[in-house]
Amino acid sequence: MSSNNDLLVDSALGVYQKRRGVFPKIVSGNFRRFKWLVMVVTLAIYYLTPWIRWDRGPYAPDQAVLVDMAHRRFYFFQIEIWPHEFYYVAGLLVMAGIGLFLVTSAVGRAWCGYACPQTVWTDLFQHVDRLVDGDRNAQIRLHNAPWGPAKIARRLLKWSIWLLIAASTGGAWIFYFSDAPTLAGQLFSGTAAGVAYSTIFVLTVTTFIFGGFMREQVCIYMCPWPRIQTAMLDEKSLIVTYKDWRGEPRARGKKQVTEDGLPAGDCIDCNQCVQVCPTGIDIRDGAQIGCITCALCIDACDKMMEQVGRPRGLIDYCTIDDAEIEKKGGTAKPIIETLRHPRTLIYLGIWTSIGAAMVFTLGQRTRLDLNVQHDRNPVYVALSDGAIRNNYTVKVRNMEARPKDVTLRIEGLKGAVAWAGESERTGATQSVTVPVAADSVLKVRLFVAAPSEGPERQDFTISALAANGQEKGDTDEVVFERPAGGQ
Amino acid sequence: MSEKQRIDEATGTSTVGHEWDGIEELNTPLPRWWLLTFYACVIWGLAYTVMYPAWPMISSATAGMTGWTSRGQLAQEMKAEADRRAPILAAIAAKPVEQIPGDEKLYATAVEGGRAAFKVHCVQCHGSGAAGSKGYPNLNDDDWLWGGDMGAIHQTITHGIRAPEHGETRMSQMPAFGGMFKPAELTSVVAYVQSLSGERKADAASAAGAPLFAANCVQCHGVDGKGVRAMGGPNLTDKIWLYGGDEASIRQTITKSRYGVMPNWNEKLDATTIKMLASYVHSLGGGEAAPDAGAAAAAAVPAATPAAEAPAANVK
Repeated sequence: MSSNNDLLVDSALGVYQKRRGVFPKIVSGNFRRFKWLVMVVTLAIYYLTPWIRWDRGPYAPDQAVLVDMAHRRFYFFQIEIWPHEFYYVAGLLVMAGIGLFLVTSAVGRAWCGYACPQTVWTDLFQHVDRLVDGDRNAQIRLHNAPWGPAKIARRLLKWSIWLLIAASTGGAWIFYFSDAPTLAGQLFSGTAAGVAYSTIFVLTVTTFIFGGFMREQVCIYMCPWPRIQTAMLDEKSLIVTYKDWRGEPRARGKKQVTEDGLPAGDCIDCNQCVQVCPTGIDIRDGAQIGCITCALCIDACDKMMEQVGRPRGLIDYCTIDDAEIEKKGGTAKPIIETLRHPRTLIYLGIWTSIGAAMVFTLGQRTRLDLNVQHDRNPVYVALSDGAIRNNYTVKVRNMEARPKDVTLRIEGLKGAVAWAGESERTGATQSVTVPVAADSVLKVRLFVAAPSEGPERQDFTISALAANGQEKGDTDEVVFERPAGGQ
Repeated sequence: MSEKQRIDEATGTSTVGHEWDGIEELNTPLPRWWLLTFYACVIWGLAYTVMYPAWPMISSATAGMTGWTSRGQLAQEMKAEADRRAPILAAIAAKPVEQIPGDEKLYATAVEGGRAAFKVHCVQCHGSGAAGSKGYPNLNDDDWLWGGDMGAIHQTITHGIRAPEHGETRMSQMPAFGGMFKPAELTSVVAYVQSLSGERKADAASAAGAPLFAANCVQCHGVDGKGVRAMGGPNLTDKIWLYGGDEASIRQTITKSRYGVMPNWNEKLDATTIKMLASYVHSLGGGEAAPDAGAAAAAAVPAATPAAEAPAANVK
């Protein structure tokens, strides 16, 4: 190899890099408390939501949040979504996307730092590490120790707890797709569907590996979001910043240094910020892709600054603009003004208008829907008395959880009568009443007969109304066709 | 190459040592797990080609250790589908054809099964929409030569119409009157037939045809010209003409007769398929109720107040 090899930081040029263990030290402070809160809330939502009951009457499931794949329904409290209304779900996904942009534009990678499942579960797993192995130093000691009975026992215990968390994570997921109490019973008696077990297995394995062994590797190598987010940050976004203009030059044993007549910054080079970092980076190197902005280094540094009697905030949330101001000795704008910058407001505007539009349409939608298709083969049928009959395939959607009698009425076709399915033309009038089961689609053939005198193509309407006349119905415009030239 | 390796000042990372027009690349190696995942995928891929048909040989390909074939999978899926259908097909087979419309679910299944079979066996004559054409009846309308209730339709499909060499087939034959009527007589009979359905106003010519019709035609077409279904004799008073209702077509029909043939399907199709075909044809819009029920319904109609009764129609 070359003579320059001694320049290389790591070992010689290799095709791969072994993961360096990260053993974050426990820290206390405001951001740590906030992380605890977010963890408890998000995990509680995840594990408990499927168990919330919601009474919808005898014709629909009583689970508050349920994705019913088999029947193609999505229940969310009092809202029920049918497959053709999937745009509501699409709207939610769009809102989630723009919501992430909004959060990123305002407070940087807050999603990564606090709410991302990978972060929450990694945090949980790291607490298990501390519970079993002790804090940072004990973990490192055990990591470096040769394999022996004590280490094996510790590892087995830790992995068992990881596995337990992983399995209950996978286990909770499937309850969103089926009635939770029933499925729980089936699950433990071994009678649940195979897909339930395979889903649990896959999610258990991924949780175990991602939370236990991959951790920050997922963020740095696998997740596309850090790249997108770093591209979205601008000089007005809050990022975790080491205020180097205040901290540098670092000085260990500051008193001694100043006595020696050398310049010294506030950073006492205690390395606490590095030791508490869950992704194992050094924030003093500046903003970097490995920083998920969890702000634990802020907690750690503040504590040290307090102990050495220096002002807090050597590491702090700060925008690049504010950093420039502070470097020149000015005072940064208050955070509320930072949050008010145009890009954030635009995202907020888009986000709220999509939300408002969805809420509005949700309030406007009818729960009785009509869909009429004119039979094309044959287009018309000449009847023995000379009248012309057209056939229509009618779908009536009753999207409420109770059965309904629905009246189909034809209007705008002179002398026409309608009948449906197996009933007869004799005695038919301009309306037909059909029973539609709760929460289902009725497909029925509607026969419409009219005198042969009239235009070749004539528009008329078919409307569906609840027979009790209480709810909003639906009307479709359709065509009645006659043979050319009439009779 | 490696002579050019150096530490990049901005990042503190070593370069790989390549240089193109002053552009250098930093050495940021893959994480180890990534490399291992890649090797695992290679091993998976190799194992896959051993387990499943993959490697091309001279005349075929390796069969794979699992013995899987796409044809085998198809056969399996077809068998699963046949097993799934078996119970409902058995239920259709067990039910008398007249009772099928009474069973909502069974009837719906039979109609769909019939629709599929119709597309294979019947469309050649009756058309893909069952609308027929000249000489081939339209099955959508309310006019039936031999009857439009489930039993009659089933009988027609099973044994056919004038099917050669089939003893049980529906049989009747219209004579060719060409040699029997004098030209003037023929003209008056045509006029009379046209007057029956209002194609032509009653006049002297049609009046002259009436006695001839009474003497020659009523056995099959009925005294009132409304047809006799037992004989397959068409109703001449309605607006539906199988071979055309204009003067030339009727003259042709009377002179040379017509002889429409439908095969007996009992030798080609199984009993269940024929029942499903009957259900489909019955569902097209002209299906009639069984004769007894039909008579009762007809009697009840004049008394019923249409507005009050019709919405309650039993539609399922």
